[in-house]
Amino acid sequence: MKIVVVGNGMVGYKFCEKIRQKASAEKVEVIVYGDEIIPAYDRVHLSEYFENQKVDGLLMATKEWYQTQDITLKTGELVTSINTEEKSIKTHKGNVESYDALVLATGSAALVPKIKGVEKKGVFVYRKIEDLDQIIQFGKGIKRAAVLGGGLLGLEAAKALMDMNLETQVIEFADKLMPRQLDQIGSDLLKHKIESLKIEVLLGKNTQTIQGNGKLSKLEFSDGTELETEMLVISCGIIPRDELAENAGITKGPRGGYQVNEKMETNIEGIYAIGEAASYNQMTYGLVAPGYEMAEVAIDQIIGRKELLFKGADMSTKLKLIGVEVGSFGDALGSTENCLPISIIDQNLGIYKKINLSADGKKLLGGILVGDTGDYNILHQFALNGITLPPNPEDLILSSKEEKSTLNGVAALPSSSQICSCENISKGAIEEAIKSNNLENLAQVKSCTKAGTGCGACTPMVGDILSETLQSMGKVVRKILCEHFDYTRQELFDLVKVSGITSYDEFLSEYGKGDGCEICKPAVASILSSVYNDLIIKQDTIQDTNDRFLANIQKGGSYSVVPRIPGGEITPEKLIVIGEVAKDYHLYTKITGGQRIDLFGARIEDLPDIWERLINAGFESGHAYGKSLRTVKSCVGSTWCRYGLHDSVSFAIEVEDRYKGLRSPHKLKGGVSGCRRECAEAQSKDFGIIATEIGWNLYVGGNGGANPVHAQLLAGDIDSETLIKYLDRFLMFYIKTAEPLNRTSVWLSKMEGGIEYLKSVIVEDSLKIGEQLEQEMQQLLEVYQCEWKAVVNDPELRKKFTHFSNRLVGDPALKFNEMRGQKVPANWG
Amino acid sequence: MIKEIITKYETVIPEQVKVWEKVAHVNDFPLNGGLAFYYKGLQVAVFNFTRRNEWYATQNLCPHKKQMILSRGMIGSNGEEPKVACPFHKKTFSLKNGKSLNDGVCDLATYPVKIEANEVFIGFNE
Ligand code: SRM
Ligand SMILES: Cc1cc2nc3c(=O)[nH]c(=O)nc-3n(C[C@H](O)[C@H](O)[C@H](O)COP(=O)(O)OP(=O)(O)OC[C@H]3O[C@@H](n4cnc5c(N)ncnc54)[C@H](O)[C@@H]3O)c2cc1C
Ligand code: SF4
Ligand code: FES
Repeated sequence: MKIVVVGNGMVGYKFCEKIRQKASAEKVEVIVYGDEIIPAYDRVHLSEYFENQKVDGLLMATKEWYQTQDITLKTGELVTSINTEEKSIKTHKGNVESYDALVLATGSAALVPKIKGVEKKGVFVYRKIEDLDQIIQFGKGIKRAAVLGGGLLGLEAAKALMDMNLETQVIEFADKLMPRQLDQIGSDLLKHKIESLKIEVLLGKNTQTIQGNGKLSKLEFSDGTELETEMLVISCGIIPRDELAENAGITKGPRGGYQVNEKMETNIEGIYAIGEAASYNQMTYGLVAPGYEMAEVAIDQIIGRKELLFKGADMSTKLKLIGVEVGSFGDALGSTENCLPISIIDQNLGIYKKINLSADGKKLLGGILVGDTGDYNILHQFALNGITLPPNPEDLILSSKEEKSTLNGVAALPSSSQICSCENISKGAIEEAIKSNNLENLAQVKSCTKAGTGCGACTPMVGDILSETLQSMGKVVRKILCEHFDYTRQELFDLVKVSGITSYDEFLSEYGKGDGCEICKPAVASILSSVYNDLIIKQDTIQDTNDRFLANIQKGGSYSVVPRIPGGEITPEKLIVIGEVAKDYHLYTKITGGQRIDLFGARIEDLPDIWERLINAGFESGHAYGKSLRTVKSCVGSTWCRYGLHDSVSFAIEVEDRYKGLRSPHKLKGGVSGCRRECAEAQSKDFGIIATEIGWNLYVGGNGGANPVHAQLLAGDIDSETLIKYLDRFLMFYIKTAEPLNRTSVWLSKMEGGIEYLKSVIVEDSLKIGEQLEQEMQQLLEVYQCEWKAVVNDPELRKKFTHFSNRLVGDPALKFNEMRGQKVPANWG
Repeated sequence: MIKEIITKYETVIPEQVKVWEKVAHVNDFPLNGGLAFYYKGLQVAVFNFTRRNEWYATQNLCPHKKQMILSRGMIGSNGEEPKVACPFHKKTFSLKNGKSLNDGVCDLATYPVKIEANEVFIGFNE
């Protein structure tokens, strides 16, 4: 059998790729004609061509690929007519080719409205690489450009023009941007955002004439207004390329395109149409995903399997490239009768989310997302698969994306749900591919399944499916740090110790690759200080910002100052000093949840002076900025309290002083209560100590915060000395073996054998490492120094606390308002 | 106010440079880190990428939550691409061309840097 494909665009290419998976060259001969000079390229990512003008990266496949697949590709050759009697086609070069099956994948052309003057120089469309070449060439000599059409493509084109440093306007006939995808509110917000990118938006403008002497110079609108511009890019929609219909007698759809049935057959036997050239149910599908599906259906018919049918497709879309998040899916405009819309608008953050529910509130029909499309994939899945909604559907759009874990989302999806809509790949297919091919990383999954290779929007979900599947297969997912280090944190910890290397840069050269990043720098920094406890400010630029400037950064870029107040005990004299410093430097003061005082709103250049005053009064750094010991909270205990069994304050101070400055994978908090009434909430801490009749109970692995966890009993009724010994071992064991940014609760929950195993290591010393852990701790504690004291006393280190290189004054962008007699950051974002 | 500021940042390519402003001596910079520089109402973040022996300059304003802070960001690489991570929420940007490496965040304007006699200069077009 011989198949002739007319058109070598995205869908024509997909046809070639898929046919060879189903039928070899012996069975089916394939000949492809394309009128463009180069083989099929990725039109979806066409705008990337602006960046480097390189075609190679955009090609769907090289010419060699067609050869290896035994597919004859003829580029630069236009098919001009079909002879249905003889079953052959003819090209503009006069060549004739016979066929058994003819597949029309001729795509579409840009729709150019009949405006007077549209033929002038400077007017372009946005469809092919040649168009872009012309736009780039012409754009070099001019300053201003406009785009006609405020739809998805128009906005993408506008961004490209703006990137060419042209003053850019978008002109839209309707009163809304993306009129088919957005409602008024969504459009208003989008307009606002686009304008903040310096692209002007003109709505409700009907362009009447294009003026200019041979070359365009201005546009005239029907309302009498004008716009001066030097280039116009038309993006008003598409028109199917169905030139071959007339002479061959192929029926066309009402809006053009070769009319097809659900088998992709035209009215002429043996002739099929797919992609944007096809008209199914009076619809042209201007997206790749439906086109790819059509290609598969056509193949199924042609090779006689005849199982697949095309039943229409989803037209959901996300705007890409422009730097503004916009998504719209299903019944976005809420045109279903009695549907229930829920929406939230946050003008401050520029976020608008709307979902339309079915009349019974059980199914999601569609929706609009502007400003934050983090929920797009999950919502789209709900709508696409008709999944029954949870009882409070509003929660789906209420929480911000930072708070939501998509992993739960993926686990909840049925395996038939479509994950990659560009390539039409289901969750089940991805799982299957991972299992049967033993895939282990995202790159492998992408190249094997093609999921995530289209628009890329589903990549995070594909990643989640990968880790979930690997886990279900009992595979250890090796938690390597990042692209620069092929090791886990525990392995790196050992490497630091064994190598004796003390500088990040040297360590990276020795054991890593590349130049590091914001993940491995702070992680290695934390390990280095857990091993050596040297002054972290010596290698300040590998620290997270809070550690780098030894203070927590706040909105607007000011910093907070938290002196250590061990156990929460403080003398009146020290309180007065804090008050005076706060007054002199105009700082906001607050009692923290950790039993101490935070002074907020300090300018970076004032930090050394502020600390100098505090240190002179006997204060030390509170390490509120570090992944290190924070506070050991105490209750008032037996000195004052009528129930108190032991002196919890003294013990809390002893413990806090012992471990202050100790760096760890995440922050550490402790608590000491004088009896089981537990006023210090010790059981919600990383380590909690509670007085008993004859000694202390030691609890570990508690957590407040986002996921509260009760601490578990490690040892009961022990004396102070034993308690400190166990605590040394416990903390050191955690520091050596936890993953970065895992609190003790998380570390313990992942530990095989749990608290019983931990007891055996710490209390029974089953690994025979108890003594070593204690020694390692002792070494760290011996080299402790208050890092603020070190800075205050060193003029070179003090210099690091500056904003500008060339001015002694501070950042003029810092702004404050007043609230209840104190200052607060001005919210000027 | 913030709107006016954002629109002032525009990438300057070497051919457009009209003035080279002196920023500071090479040794005034942290190793593998940055400093802010004030010029005609603009704040520019200037980075000393010691490890690669390269210098970069971008706008100091992070487009994510409009914080004047990128000079205090951590630098590193993404494959071959040098990048800076904003200290606030770790959005990352290419130092080469200012392109955002995260979805939905705008790009940064970048400025040419030159070193002459161990002094650092940034190029502006006005
Ligand atoms: C100031 C304070 C709130 C207050 O006004 O009371 C506070 C403020 C911050 N907390 Fe907290 N936390 C404060 C007590 C707490 C407590 C209560 C406590 O310690 O008893 C908790 C729950 C207990 C716990 O940690 O288990 C708490 C749980 C968190 C968490 C969540 C930790 C978790 O495991 O889920 C974070 C985020 C993190 O560390 O990743 C956090 C992070 C932060 C940061 C550091 C966020 C940041 O990086 O900017 C805030 C810094 C503000 C600043 O500019 O200084 N803060 N934070 C408290 C300072 C205590 C201190 O004296 O050092
Ligand atoms: C800038 C841009 C961005 C886009 N973004 C997205 C997106 O984000 N998501 C999405 O889903 N879709 C997007 N699209 C749409 C997508 O590119 C098209 O849906 C897809 O390319 C259609 O494939 P096709 O093969 O049907 O048509 P085409 O890709 O147009 O291919 C048809 C080919 O056939 C050739 N041809 C036509 N007639 C003949 C003939 N008689 N003889 C020989 N050759 C002929 C044409 O020259 C062309 O090369 C975008 C399009 C553009 C232009
Ligand atoms: S925990 Fe017990 S000792 Fe401490 S204050 Fe409360 S009641 Fe008193
Ligand atoms: S402000 Fe820069 S990442 Fe949020």
